Amino acid sequence: MEITEKKSQLESISLKKRFRLSEYIIEKIIFLSSFLAILGVVLIFVFVFREALPVLTNPEVKKEASLKLFFSTTIWQPVSDLPRYGFIPIIVGTLKVVLVALFISIPVSVGAAIYTSEFAPLRIKEYIKPAAEILAGIPSVVLGFFALMVMASFFQGIFHYTMRLNALNAGVALSFAIIPVIYSIAEDSLNSVPRSLKEASLALGANRWQTASRVSLSVAMPGILAGIILGLGRAVGETMIVLMASGNASILSANIFDSVRTMSATIAAELGEVVNGSAHYSVLFFIGASLFVFTLLINSLAHLTVGRLQRKLAGKI
Amino acid sequence: MKKLHTNQIRLVVLTILVLSLVTCFPVYAGKSITIKGSDTMLILGQRWAEVYMNQNPGVVIQVTGGGSGVGIAALINGGTEICQASRPMKSSEVDKLKERFNSTGIEIPVARDGLSLYLNEENKISELTLDQLKGIYTGQITNWKEVGGDDAKIVLYGRENSSGTYVYFKDNVLKGADFSAQTQTLPGTGAIVNAISKDKDGIGYGGAAYAKGVKYCKVKKDAQTPGYEPTLENVKSGNYPISRYLFWYLRNKPTGGTKKLVDWVLSEQGQQIVNKVGYFPVK
Repeated sequence: MEITEKKSQLESISLKKRFRLSEYIIEKIIFLSSFLAILGVVLIFVFVFREALPVLTNPEVKKEASLKLFFSTTIWQPVSDLPRYGFIPIIVGTLKVVLVALFISIPVSVGAAIYTSEFAPLRIKEYIKPAAEILAGIPSVVLGFFALMVMASFFQGIFHYTMRLNALNAGVALSFAIIPVIYSIAEDSLNSVPRSLKEASLALGANRWQTASRVSLSVAMPGILAGIILGLGRAVGETMIVLMASGNASILSANIFDSVRTMSATIAAELGEVVNGSAHYSVLFFIGASLFVFTLLINSLAHLTVGRLQRKLAGKI
Repeated sequence: MKKLHTNQIRLVVLTILVLSLVTCFPVYAGKSITIKGSDTMLILGQRWAEVYMNQNPGVVIQVTGGGSGVGIAALINGGTEICQASRPMKSSEVDKLKERFNSTGIEIPVARDGLSLYLNEENKISELTLDQLKGIYTGQITNWKEVGGDDAKIVLYGRENSSGTYVYFKDNVLKGADFSAQTQTLPGTGAIVNAISKDKDGIGYGGAAYAKGVKYCKVKKDAQTPGYEPTLENVKSGNYPISRYLFWYLRNKPTGGTKKLVDWVLSEQGQQIVNKVGYFPVK
Protein backbone atom coordinates (compact mmCIF):
# COMPACT_ATOMS: atom_id res chain seq x y z
CA MET A 1 0.00 0.00 0.00
CA GLU A 2 2.74 2.38 1.01
CA ILE A 3 4.55 1.77 -2.23
CA THR A 4 1.55 2.49 -4.41
CA GLU A 5 0.87 5.67 -2.51
CA LYS A 6 4.42 6.84 -3.05
CA LYS A 7 4.22 5.88 -6.65
CA SER A 8 1.06 7.88 -7.23
CA GLN A 9 2.62 10.82 -5.44
CA LEU A 10 5.68 10.59 -7.64
CA GLU A 11 3.56 10.28 -10.70
CA SER A 12 1.56 13.37 -9.84
CA ILE A 13 4.76 15.36 -9.38
CA SER A 14 6.29 14.11 -12.59
CA LEU A 15 2.99 14.76 -14.35
CA LYS A 16 3.06 18.30 -13.10
CA LYS A 17 6.64 18.74 -14.19
CA ARG A 18 6.04 17.19 -17.58
CA PHE A 19 3.04 19.45 -18.05
CA ARG A 20 5.09 22.50 -17.36
CA LEU A 21 7.85 21.31 -19.62
CA SER A 22 5.48 20.80 -22.53
CA GLU A 23 3.98 24.22 -21.91
CA TYR A 24 7.45 25.70 -21.91
CA ILE A 25 8.34 23.90 -25.14
CA ILE A 26 5.14 24.92 -26.88
CA GLU A 27 5.59 28.50 -25.82
CA LYS A 28 9.09 28.48 -27.23
CA ILE A 29 7.89 26.89 -30.46
CA ILE A 30 5.26 29.57 -30.91
CA PHE A 31 7.79 32.24 -30.16
CA LEU A 32 10.20 30.67 -32.65
CA SER A 33 7.62 30.55 -35.42
CA SER A 34 6.79 34.21 -34.96
CA PHE A 35 10.48 34.98 -34.80
CA LEU A 36 11.13 32.93 -37.97
CA ALA A 37 9.16 35.39 -40.08
CA ILE A 38 11.39 38.24 -38.97
CA LEU A 39 14.48 36.09 -39.28
CA GLY A 40 13.48 35.15 -42.82
CA VAL A 41 13.14 38.76 -43.88
CA VAL A 42 16.45 39.69 -42.29
CA LEU A 43 18.30 36.73 -43.83
CA ILE A 44 16.90 37.36 -47.31
CA PHE A 45 17.77 41.03 -46.94
CA VAL A 46 21.34 40.25 -45.92
CA PHE A 47 21.79 37.63 -48.66
CA VAL A 48 20.43 39.76 -51.49
CA PHE A 49 22.46 42.79 -50.47
CA ARG A 50 25.64 40.78 -49.93
CA GLU A 51 25.40 39.33 -53.44
CA ALA A 52 24.65 42.77 -54.90
CA LEU A 53 27.49 44.50 -53.07
CA PRO A 54 30.31 43.77 -55.60
CA VAL A 55 28.62 46.26 -57.94
CA LEU A 56 29.56 48.99 -55.45
CA THR A 57 32.83 47.65 -54.04
CA ASN A 58 34.62 45.09 -56.22
CA PRO A 59 36.93 46.88 -58.69
CA GLU A 60 36.88 43.87 -61.08
CA VAL A 61 33.09 43.94 -61.29
CA LYS A 62 32.95 47.72 -61.38
CA LYS A 63 34.88 47.76 -64.65
CA GLU A 64 31.93 46.00 -66.27
CA ALA A 65 29.05 47.14 -64.11
CA SER A 66 28.85 50.13 -61.81
CA LEU A 67 26.16 52.62 -60.89
CA LYS A 68 27.57 55.06 -63.43
CA LEU A 69 27.56 52.47 -66.21
CA PHE A 70 23.99 51.41 -65.41
CA PHE A 71 22.71 54.83 -66.38
CA SER A 72 25.18 55.78 -69.11
CA THR A 73 23.86 53.30 -71.67
CA THR A 74 20.37 52.55 -72.92
CA ILE A 75 21.18 48.98 -73.93
CA TRP A 76 20.65 45.83 -71.89
CA GLN A 77 23.00 43.27 -73.44
CA PRO A 78 24.63 41.20 -70.69
CA VAL A 79 25.97 38.40 -72.90
CA SER A 80 28.27 40.10 -75.35
CA ASP A 81 31.95 40.80 -76.01
CA LEU A 82 31.20 44.15 -74.44
CA PRO A 83 28.51 43.50 -71.83
CA ARG A 84 26.20 46.45 -71.27
CA TYR A 85 23.86 46.64 -68.33
CA GLY A 86 21.64 49.63 -69.09
CA PHE A 87 19.03 49.99 -66.35
CA ILE A 88 17.04 52.69 -68.15
CA PRO A 89 15.17 50.42 -70.61
CA ILE A 90 14.20 47.90 -67.93
CA ILE A 91 13.11 50.58 -65.44
CA VAL A 92 11.05 52.32 -68.12
CA GLY A 93 9.70 48.91 -69.17
CA THR A 94 8.62 48.10 -65.63
CA LEU A 95 6.95 51.50 -65.25
CA LYS A 96 5.10 51.13 -68.55
CA VAL A 97 3.61 47.78 -67.60
CA VAL A 98 2.75 48.86 -64.05
CA LEU A 99 1.11 52.10 -65.23
CA VAL A 100 -1.04 50.25 -67.76
CA ALA A 101 -2.04 47.74 -65.07
CA LEU A 102 -2.92 50.44 -62.51
CA PHE A 103 -4.72 52.53 -65.11
CA ILE A 104 -7.07 49.61 -65.72
CA SER A 105 -7.31 48.04 -62.29
CA ILE A 106 -7.87 51.12 -60.09
CA PRO A 107 -11.12 52.31 -61.72
CA VAL A 108 -12.40 48.76 -62.21
CA SER A 109 -11.70 47.52 -58.70
CA VAL A 110 -12.71 50.68 -56.84
CA GLY A 111 -15.85 50.97 -58.98
CA ALA A 112 -16.71 47.35 -58.29
CA ALA A 113 -16.11 47.86 -54.58
CA ILE A 114 -18.42 50.88 -54.46
CA TYR A 115 -21.07 49.00 -56.39
CA THR A 116 -20.98 45.90 -54.21
CA SER A 117 -20.90 47.71 -50.89
CA GLU A 118 -23.33 50.55 -51.64
CA PHE A 119 -25.67 49.63 -54.47
CA ALA A 120 -25.71 45.94 -55.28
CA PRO A 121 -28.69 43.89 -54.15
CA LEU A 122 -27.69 40.98 -51.95
CA ARG A 123 -28.26 38.41 -54.69
CA ILE A 124 -25.77 40.03 -57.08
CA LYS A 125 -23.33 40.63 -54.25
CA GLU A 126 -23.31 36.91 -53.61
CA TYR A 127 -21.97 36.35 -57.13
CA ILE A 128 -19.49 39.22 -57.38
CA LYS A 129 -17.50 38.53 -54.23
CA PRO A 130 -16.76 34.83 -54.91
CA ALA A 131 -15.94 35.72 -58.52
CA ALA A 132 -13.28 38.15 -57.31
CA GLU A 133 -11.93 35.50 -54.99
CA ILE A 134 -11.67 33.01 -57.85
CA LEU A 135 -9.82 35.63 -59.91
CA ALA A 136 -7.38 36.03 -57.04
CA GLY A 137 -6.87 32.28 -56.96
CA ILE A 138 -5.84 31.89 -60.62
CA PRO A 139 -2.13 31.00 -60.73
CA SER A 140 -0.12 33.73 -62.41
CA VAL A 141 1.40 31.28 -64.87
CA VAL A 142 -2.11 30.52 -66.15
CA LEU A 143 -2.85 34.23 -66.54
CA GLY A 144 0.47 34.61 -68.37
CA PHE A 145 -0.27 31.74 -70.71
CA PHE A 146 -3.74 33.11 -71.41
CA ALA A 147 -2.18 36.48 -72.25
CA LEU A 148 0.45 34.85 -74.47
CA MET A 149 -1.96 32.73 -76.45
CA VAL A 150 -5.35 34.45 -76.48
CA MET A 151 -5.24 38.06 -75.31
CA ALA A 152 -2.26 39.03 -77.45
CA SER A 153 -4.04 38.00 -80.66
CA PHE A 154 -7.24 39.69 -79.51
CA PHE A 155 -5.52 43.04 -78.93
CA GLN A 156 -3.53 42.72 -82.13
CA GLY A 157 -6.82 42.33 -83.98
CA ILE A 158 -8.09 45.59 -82.44
CA PHE A 159 -5.01 47.81 -82.54
CA HIS A 160 -3.08 46.27 -85.49
CA TYR A 161 0.40 46.64 -84.01
CA THR A 162 3.47 44.66 -85.06
CA MET A 163 4.59 43.18 -81.77
CA ARG A 164 2.02 40.78 -80.38
CA LEU A 165 3.61 40.69 -76.97
CA ASN A 166 3.95 44.17 -75.54
CA ALA A 167 3.44 46.48 -72.56
CA LEU A 168 -0.31 46.77 -73.15
CA ASN A 169 -0.79 43.01 -73.25
CA ALA A 170 1.30 42.43 -70.13
CA GLY A 171 -0.33 45.34 -68.32
CA VAL A 172 -3.84 44.07 -68.96
CA ALA A 173 -2.86 40.56 -67.86
CA LEU A 174 -1.23 42.02 -64.77
CA SER A 175 -4.38 43.99 -63.93
CA PHE A 176 -6.25 40.67 -63.64
CA ALA A 177 -3.84 39.78 -60.86
CA ILE A 178 -4.13 43.05 -58.95
CA ILE A 179 -7.83 43.82 -59.37
CA PRO A 180 -8.79 41.29 -56.65
CA VAL A 181 -6.11 42.69 -54.32
CA ILE A 182 -7.39 46.26 -54.56
CA TYR A 183 -11.04 45.18 -54.72
CA SER A 184 -11.06 43.12 -51.54
CA ILE A 185 -9.32 45.79 -49.44
CA ALA A 186 -11.41 48.62 -50.88
CA GLU A 187 -14.60 46.64 -50.35
CA ASP A 188 -13.64 45.91 -46.73
CA SER A 189 -12.93 49.52 -45.93
CA LEU A 190 -16.14 50.70 -47.61
CA ASN A 191 -18.10 48.16 -45.58
CA SER A 192 -16.57 49.40 -42.35
CA VAL A 193 -17.84 52.94 -42.88
CA PRO A 194 -20.18 53.52 -39.89
CA ARG A 195 -23.87 53.17 -40.73
CA SER A 196 -24.63 56.31 -38.76
CA LEU A 197 -22.65 58.44 -41.22
CA LYS A 198 -24.55 57.12 -44.21
CA GLU A 199 -27.87 57.50 -42.41
CA ALA A 200 -27.04 61.07 -41.42
CA SER A 201 -26.18 61.89 -45.02
CA LEU A 202 -29.40 60.37 -46.31
CA ALA A 203 -31.42 62.14 -43.62
CA LEU A 204 -29.97 65.46 -44.75
CA GLY A 205 -31.50 64.87 -48.15
CA ALA A 206 -28.51 63.50 -50.08
CA ASN A 207 -29.36 60.76 -52.56
CA ARG A 208 -27.63 57.36 -52.66
CA TRP A 209 -25.02 58.37 -55.21
CA GLN A 210 -24.13 61.54 -53.29
CA THR A 211 -23.85 59.53 -50.09
CA ALA A 212 -21.66 56.89 -51.72
CA SER A 213 -19.33 59.26 -53.54
CA ARG A 214 -18.97 62.02 -50.95
CA VAL A 215 -19.44 60.30 -47.62
CA SER A 216 -18.57 56.60 -47.88
CA LEU A 217 -15.79 57.01 -50.42
CA SER A 218 -14.02 59.79 -48.55
CA VAL A 219 -14.26 58.01 -45.22
CA ALA A 220 -12.96 54.78 -46.75
CA MET A 221 -10.21 56.56 -48.71
CA PRO A 222 -7.29 55.55 -46.43
CA GLY A 223 -8.20 51.88 -46.83
CA ILE A 224 -8.68 52.18 -50.58
CA LEU A 225 -5.31 53.91 -50.88
CA ALA A 226 -3.68 51.16 -48.88
CA GLY A 227 -5.23 48.62 -51.27
CA ILE A 228 -3.95 50.49 -54.31
CA ILE A 229 -0.45 50.65 -52.89
CA LEU A 230 -0.51 46.94 -52.09
CA GLY A 231 -1.63 46.33 -55.66
CA LEU A 232 1.25 48.47 -56.89
CA GLY A 233 3.69 46.37 -54.87
CA ARG A 234 2.27 43.19 -56.37
CA ALA A 235 2.44 44.69 -59.86
CA VAL A 236 6.10 45.64 -59.55
CA GLY A 237 7.11 42.26 -58.20
CA GLU A 238 4.90 40.01 -60.35
CA THR A 239 7.15 37.92 -62.57
CA MET A 240 5.50 35.06 -64.38
CA ILE A 241 2.80 37.10 -66.10
CA VAL A 242 5.20 39.68 -67.50
CA LEU A 243 7.79 37.04 -68.38
CA MET A 244 5.26 35.35 -70.65
CA ALA A 245 3.19 38.27 -71.90
CA SER A 246 5.58 41.18 -72.39
CA GLY A 247 7.98 39.78 -75.02
CA ASN A 248 11.03 40.69 -72.91
CA ALA A 249 12.77 42.81 -75.54
CA SER A 250 14.65 45.65 -73.86
CA ILE A 251 13.37 48.44 -76.09
CA LEU A 252 13.49 52.00 -74.78
CA SER A 253 10.40 53.86 -75.98
CA ALA A 254 7.24 55.48 -74.69
CA ASN A 255 5.03 53.42 -76.98
CA ILE A 256 2.91 50.92 -75.03
CA PHE A 257 2.64 48.77 -78.16
CA ASP A 258 6.37 47.98 -78.00
CA SER A 259 7.67 44.88 -76.31
CA VAL A 260 9.16 45.55 -72.88
CA ARG A 261 11.52 43.89 -70.43
CA THR A 262 10.74 44.37 -66.75
CA MET A 263 13.10 44.16 -63.79
CA SER A 264 11.50 41.09 -62.23
CA ALA A 265 11.33 39.19 -65.53
CA THR A 266 14.99 39.98 -66.19
CA ILE A 267 16.00 38.33 -62.93
CA ALA A 268 13.79 35.31 -63.55
CA ALA A 269 15.00 34.80 -67.09
CA GLU A 270 18.72 35.30 -66.59
CA LEU A 271 19.58 34.09 -63.11
CA GLY A 272 19.13 30.44 -64.09
CA GLU A 273 22.52 29.83 -65.65
CA VAL A 274 24.54 32.92 -64.91
CA VAL A 275 28.04 32.21 -63.61
CA ASN A 276 28.05 32.47 -59.83
CA GLY A 277 30.03 35.49 -58.70
CA SER A 278 30.32 37.13 -62.13
CA ALA A 279 29.45 40.76 -62.80
CA HIS A 280 26.22 39.68 -64.46
CA TYR A 281 25.28 37.73 -61.30
CA SER A 282 25.89 40.74 -59.06
CA VAL A 283 23.94 43.00 -61.39
CA LEU A 284 20.90 40.69 -61.24
CA PHE A 285 21.07 40.74 -57.45
CA PHE A 286 21.42 44.49 -57.58
CA ILE A 287 18.14 44.64 -59.50
CA GLY A 288 16.60 42.42 -56.84
CA ALA A 289 17.90 44.67 -54.08
CA SER A 290 16.49 47.72 -55.88
CA LEU A 291 13.08 46.07 -56.13
CA PHE A 292 13.32 45.21 -52.44
CA VAL A 293 14.10 48.80 -51.45
CA PHE A 294 11.41 50.10 -53.77
CA THR A 295 8.63 47.98 -52.27
CA LEU A 296 9.90 48.76 -48.77
CA LEU A 297 9.68 52.49 -49.55
CA ILE A 298 6.21 52.10 -51.04
CA ASN A 299 4.98 50.21 -48.01
CA SER A 300 6.31 52.77 -45.54
CA LEU A 301 4.85 55.54 -47.66
CA ALA A 302 1.52 53.75 -47.56
CA HIS A 303 1.66 53.49 -43.78
CA LEU A 304 2.51 57.17 -43.46
CA THR A 305 -0.17 58.49 -45.79
CA VAL A 306 -2.84 56.15 -44.54
CA GLY A 307 -2.10 57.10 -40.93
CA ARG A 308 -2.12 60.80 -41.74
CA LEU A 309 -5.35 60.54 -43.70
CA GLN A 310 -6.97 58.60 -40.91
CA ARG A 311 -5.99 61.19 -38.33
CA LYS A 312 -7.17 63.99 -40.58
CA LEU A 313 -10.52 62.30 -41.14
CA ALA A 314 -10.90 61.57 -37.44
CA GLY A 315 -10.23 65.23 -36.66
CA LYS A 316 -12.80 66.34 -39.18
CA ILE A 317 -15.45 63.99 -37.93
CA MET B 1 12.67 -5.25 -16.20
CA LYS B 2 10.29 -4.28 -18.97
CA LYS B 3 12.15 -1.05 -19.60
CA LEU B 4 15.43 -2.85 -19.96
CA HIS B 5 13.81 -5.06 -22.52
CA THR B 6 12.81 -2.18 -24.82
CA ASN B 7 16.24 -0.66 -24.44
CA GLN B 8 17.78 -3.90 -25.56
CA ILE B 9 15.56 -3.98 -28.61
CA ARG B 10 16.56 -0.44 -29.43
CA LEU B 11 20.20 -1.32 -29.13
CA VAL B 12 19.81 -4.26 -31.49
CA VAL B 13 17.91 -2.18 -34.05
CA LEU B 14 20.51 0.55 -33.91
CA THR B 15 23.34 -1.91 -34.32
CA ILE B 16 21.68 -3.42 -37.36
CA LEU B 17 21.15 0.03 -38.84
CA VAL B 18 24.74 1.09 -38.34
CA LEU B 19 26.08 -2.20 -39.64
CA SER B 20 23.92 -2.06 -42.76
CA LEU B 21 25.08 1.51 -43.41
CA VAL B 22 28.71 0.48 -43.07
CA THR B 23 28.31 -2.52 -45.33
CA CYS B 24 26.69 -0.30 -47.95
CA PHE B 25 29.84 1.73 -48.45
CA PRO B 26 32.01 -0.78 -50.31
CA VAL B 27 29.44 -0.71 -53.14
CA TYR B 28 30.36 2.91 -53.77
CA ALA B 29 34.06 2.33 -53.48
CA GLY B 30 34.42 1.06 -57.08
CA LYS B 31 36.58 2.87 -59.61
CA SER B 32 34.89 5.98 -60.94
CA ILE B 33 35.13 7.64 -64.34
CA THR B 34 34.93 11.42 -64.38
CA ILE B 35 33.32 13.37 -67.21
CA LYS B 36 33.50 17.16 -67.23
CA GLY B 37 32.79 19.96 -69.66
CA SER B 38 30.10 21.55 -71.79
CA ASP B 39 26.89 22.63 -70.08
CA THR B 40 24.99 21.95 -73.31
CA MET B 41 26.01 18.31 -73.07
CA LEU B 42 25.48 18.01 -69.34
CA ILE B 43 22.03 16.41 -69.59
CA LEU B 44 23.20 14.11 -72.38
CA GLY B 45 26.20 13.00 -70.31
CA GLN B 46 24.07 12.42 -67.24
CA ARG B 47 21.53 10.38 -69.20
CA TRP B 48 24.33 8.22 -70.62
CA ALA B 49 25.83 7.77 -67.17
CA GLU B 50 22.50 6.78 -65.60
CA VAL B 51 21.73 4.09 -68.16
CA TYR B 52 25.31 2.80 -68.28
CA MET B 53 25.57 2.58 -64.49
CA ASN B 54 22.26 0.71 -64.37
CA GLN B 55 23.54 -1.84 -66.84
CA ASN B 56 26.99 -2.14 -65.27
CA PRO B 57 26.68 -2.23 -61.50
CA GLY B 58 29.93 -1.33 -59.80
CA VAL B 59 30.88 1.30 -62.37
CA VAL B 60 30.57 4.86 -61.11
CA ILE B 61 30.48 7.76 -63.54
CA GLN B 62 30.58 11.35 -62.31
CA VAL B 63 29.32 13.96 -64.75
CA THR B 64 29.82 17.68 -64.14
CA GLY B 65 29.38 20.79 -66.25
CA GLY B 66 31.16 24.12 -66.16
CA GLY B 67 31.52 24.77 -69.88
CA SER B 68 33.61 23.39 -72.74
CA GLY B 69 36.59 25.56 -71.83
CA VAL B 70 36.52 24.43 -68.22
CA GLY B 71 36.33 20.79 -69.29
CA ILE B 72 39.28 21.11 -71.65
CA ALA B 73 41.30 22.86 -68.96
CA ALA B 74 40.54 19.97 -66.60
CA LEU B 75 41.64 17.50 -69.27
CA ILE B 76 44.96 19.33 -69.56
CA ASN B 77 45.41 19.54 -65.78
CA GLY B 78 44.56 15.88 -65.34
CA GLY B 79 41.38 16.78 -63.43
CA THR B 80 39.11 14.68 -65.60
CA GLU B 81 39.38 11.57 -67.75
CA ILE B 82 36.80 12.51 -70.34
CA CYS B 83 36.02 16.03 -71.45
CA GLN B 84 32.72 16.94 -73.12
CA ALA B 85 33.02 19.86 -75.52
CA SER B 86 30.53 21.50 -77.86
CA ARG B 87 33.39 23.01 -79.88
CA PRO B 88 36.63 21.60 -81.27
CA MET B 89 39.76 22.09 -79.18
CA LYS B 90 41.74 25.22 -80.07
CA SER B 91 45.30 24.72 -81.31
CA SER B 92 46.62 26.53 -78.22
CA GLU B 93 44.84 23.98 -76.05
CA VAL B 94 46.23 21.06 -78.09
CA ASP B 95 49.73 22.53 -77.63
CA LYS B 96 49.30 22.67 -73.88
CA LEU B 97 48.07 19.09 -73.76
CA LYS B 98 51.08 17.97 -75.83
CA GLU B 99 53.42 19.80 -73.48
CA ARG B 100 52.10 18.02 -70.41
CA PHE B 101 51.12 14.58 -71.63
CA ASN B 102 53.01 14.26 -74.94
CA SER B 103 49.73 13.53 -76.72
CA THR B 104 47.51 15.55 -79.04
CA GLY B 105 44.42 14.03 -77.44
CA ILE B 106 41.75 11.79 -78.89
CA GLU B 107 38.74 13.51 -80.42
CA ILE B 108 35.53 11.47 -80.57
CA PRO B 109 32.41 13.04 -82.10
CA VAL B 110 29.56 11.60 -80.02
CA ALA B 111 26.51 13.54 -81.22
CA ARG B 112 25.34 16.26 -83.60
CA ASP B 113 23.39 19.33 -82.70
CA GLY B 114 21.24 21.24 -85.19
CA LEU B 115 19.37 24.49 -84.61
CA SER B 116 15.97 24.97 -86.24
CA LEU B 117 14.46 28.20 -87.49
CA TYR B 118 10.69 28.58 -87.40
CA LEU B 119 8.34 30.72 -89.45
CA ASN B 120 4.59 31.12 -89.41
CA GLU B 121 2.90 28.86 -91.96
CA GLU B 122 1.40 31.87 -93.75
CA ASN B 123 4.80 33.44 -94.34
CA LYS B 124 5.73 33.46 -98.05
CA ILE B 125 9.38 32.99 -97.22
CA SER B 126 10.54 29.40 -97.00
CA GLU B 127 14.30 29.72 -97.11
CA LEU B 128 16.94 32.19 -95.94
CA THR B 129 20.71 32.36 -96.26
CA LEU B 130 22.99 32.56 -93.24
CA ASP B 131 23.84 36.17 -94.15
CA GLN B 132 20.16 37.09 -94.29
CA LEU B 133 19.61 35.47 -90.90
CA LYS B 134 22.50 37.44 -89.46
CA GLY B 135 21.05 40.65 -90.94
CA ILE B 136 17.60 39.86 -89.54
CA TYR B 137 18.78 39.07 -86.01
CA THR B 138 21.25 41.95 -85.75
CA GLY B 139 18.55 44.39 -86.84
CA GLN B 140 19.94 45.38 -90.25
CA ILE B 141 17.06 43.74 -92.09
CA THR B 142 13.76 44.78 -90.52
CA ASN B 143 11.19 44.16 -93.25
CA TRP B 144 10.25 40.88 -94.87
CA LYS B 145 10.23 42.51 -98.33
CA GLU B 146 14.02 42.96 -98.08
CA VAL B 147 14.37 39.19 -98.30
CA GLY B 148 11.61 38.67 -100.86
CA GLY B 149 8.53 38.48 -98.65
CA ASP B 150 5.51 40.68 -97.97
CA ASP B 151 5.81 44.29 -96.88
CA ALA B 152 5.67 43.67 -93.13
CA LYS B 153 7.94 44.29 -90.20
CA ILE B 154 9.91 41.27 -89.03
CA VAL B 155 9.11 40.27 -85.46
CA LEU B 156 12.10 38.60 -83.81
CA TYR B 157 11.84 35.86 -81.22
CA GLY B 158 14.75 34.25 -79.43
CA ARG B 159 15.92 32.48 -76.32
CA GLU B 160 17.00 34.04 -73.04
CA ASN B 161 20.69 34.90 -72.78
CA SER B 162 21.14 32.26 -70.08
CA SER B 163 20.50 29.54 -72.65
CA GLY B 164 23.23 27.62 -74.49
CA THR B 165 21.15 27.97 -77.65
CA TYR B 166 21.42 31.75 -77.39
CA VAL B 167 25.20 31.56 -77.26
CA TYR B 168 25.37 29.00 -80.06
CA PHE B 169 23.19 31.12 -82.34
CA LYS B 170 25.17 34.24 -81.47
CA ASP B 171 28.51 32.55 -82.18
CA ASN B 172 27.56 30.62 -85.31
CA VAL B 173 24.91 32.68 -87.08
CA LEU B 174 25.61 36.21 -85.85
CA LYS B 175 29.37 35.48 -85.85
CA GLY B 176 29.67 37.04 -82.41
CA ALA B 177 27.66 40.21 -83.14
CA ASP B 178 25.00 41.33 -80.65
CA PHE B 179 21.32 40.52 -81.04
CA SER B 180 19.02 43.39 -82.01
CA ALA B 181 17.34 45.02 -79.00
CA GLN B 182 14.02 44.28 -80.71
CA THR B 183 14.47 40.55 -80.12
CA GLN B 184 11.71 39.26 -77.85
CA THR B 185 13.06 36.58 -75.60
CA LEU B 186 10.81 33.81 -74.37
CA PRO B 187 11.41 31.01 -71.90
CA GLY B 188 11.90 27.78 -73.83
CA THR B 189 11.53 26.57 -77.39
CA GLY B 190 7.87 25.71 -76.73
CA ALA B 191 6.91 29.30 -75.96
CA ILE B 192 8.71 30.51 -79.09
CA VAL B 193 6.92 28.01 -81.32
CA ASN B 194 3.55 28.93 -79.78
CA ALA B 195 4.17 32.64 -80.26
CA ILE B 196 5.14 32.15 -83.91
CA SER B 197 2.08 30.03 -84.59
CA LYS B 198 0.04 33.13 -83.68
CA ASP B 199 2.30 35.73 -85.28
CA LYS B 200 2.42 35.70 -89.06
CA ASP B 201 5.47 37.99 -89.24
CA GLY B 202 7.46 36.16 -86.58
CA ILE B 203 10.73 34.27 -86.84
CA GLY B 204 12.36 32.24 -84.09
CA TYR B 205 15.04 29.66 -83.40
CA GLY B 206 15.41 26.72 -81.04
CA GLY B 207 15.64 22.96 -80.80
CA ALA B 208 13.50 20.54 -82.77
CA ALA B 209 9.80 21.18 -82.07
CA TYR B 210 6.53 20.83 -83.85
CA ALA B 211 3.40 22.92 -83.67
CA LYS B 212 0.35 23.67 -85.74
CA GLY B 213 0.76 26.75 -87.89
CA VAL B 214 4.56 26.72 -87.76
CA LYS B 215 7.00 25.61 -90.44
CA TYR B 216 10.74 25.10 -90.52
CA CYS B 217 12.71 27.66 -92.45
CA LYS B 218 15.16 26.10 -94.89
CA VAL B 219 18.65 27.45 -94.37
CA LYS B 220 21.15 28.08 -97.16
CA LYS B 221 24.88 28.39 -96.60
CA ASP B 222 25.01 31.16 -99.25
CA ALA B 223 22.90 32.40 -102.15
CA GLN B 224 24.17 29.68 -104.56
CA THR B 225 23.62 26.55 -102.49
CA PRO B 226 20.17 24.98 -102.06
CA GLY B 227 18.28 25.35 -98.77
CA TYR B 228 17.97 22.45 -96.35
CA GLU B 229 15.56 21.61 -93.58
CA PRO B 230 16.94 20.47 -90.22
CA THR B 231 16.08 16.81 -90.77
CA LEU B 232 18.08 13.89 -89.47
CA GLU B 233 19.61 13.17 -92.91
CA ASN B 234 20.53 16.79 -93.61
CA VAL B 235 22.13 17.28 -90.23
CA LYS B 236 23.97 13.97 -90.48
CA SER B 237 25.26 14.66 -93.98
CA GLY B 238 26.39 18.13 -92.93
CA ASN B 239 24.23 19.85 -95.54
CA TYR B 240 22.26 21.76 -92.93
CA PRO B 241 24.53 24.71 -92.17
CA ILE B 242 23.62 25.45 -88.55
CA SER B 243 24.80 22.24 -87.00
CA ARG B 244 27.81 21.25 -85.00
CA TYR B 245 29.48 18.17 -83.61
CA LEU B 246 29.51 17.51 -79.91
CA PHE B 247 32.78 15.92 -78.83
CA TRP B 248 34.33 13.78 -76.20
CA TYR B 249 38.04 14.41 -75.67
CA LEU B 250 40.45 12.00 -74.03
CA ARG B 251 44.16 12.34 -73.34
CA ASN B 252 45.13 8.92 -74.69
CA LYS B 253 43.56 6.02 -76.52
CA PRO B 254 40.89 4.68 -74.15
CA THR B 255 41.56 1.40 -72.38
CA GLY B 256 39.64 -0.85 -70.00
CA GLY B 257 36.49 0.61 -68.46
CA THR B 258 36.78 3.89 -70.32
CA LYS B 259 37.03 2.08 -73.66
CA LYS B 260 33.94 0.06 -72.82
CA LEU B 261 32.05 3.27 -72.02
CA VAL B 262 33.14 5.00 -75.24
CA ASP B 263 32.19 1.97 -77.32
CA TRP B 264 28.80 1.84 -75.63
CA VAL B 265 28.15 5.56 -76.20
CA LEU B 266 28.82 5.09 -79.91
CA SER B 267 26.71 1.92 -80.04
CA GLU B 268 23.12 1.91 -81.22
CA GLN B 269 21.83 2.04 -77.66
CA GLY B 270 24.03 4.99 -76.71
CA GLN B 271 23.04 6.86 -79.85
CA GLN B 272 19.35 6.24 -79.13
CA ILE B 273 19.80 8.24 -75.95
CA VAL B 274 21.25 11.07 -78.05
CA ASN B 275 18.02 11.10 -80.00
CA LYS B 276 15.90 11.09 -76.85
CA VAL B 277 17.74 14.05 -75.33
CA GLY B 278 17.06 16.03 -78.53
CA TYR B 279 20.29 15.86 -80.50
CA PHE B 280 21.15 13.92 -83.63
CA PRO B 281 23.16 10.70 -83.61
CA VAL B 282 26.53 10.57 -85.37
CA LYS B 283 26.04 7.10 -86.86
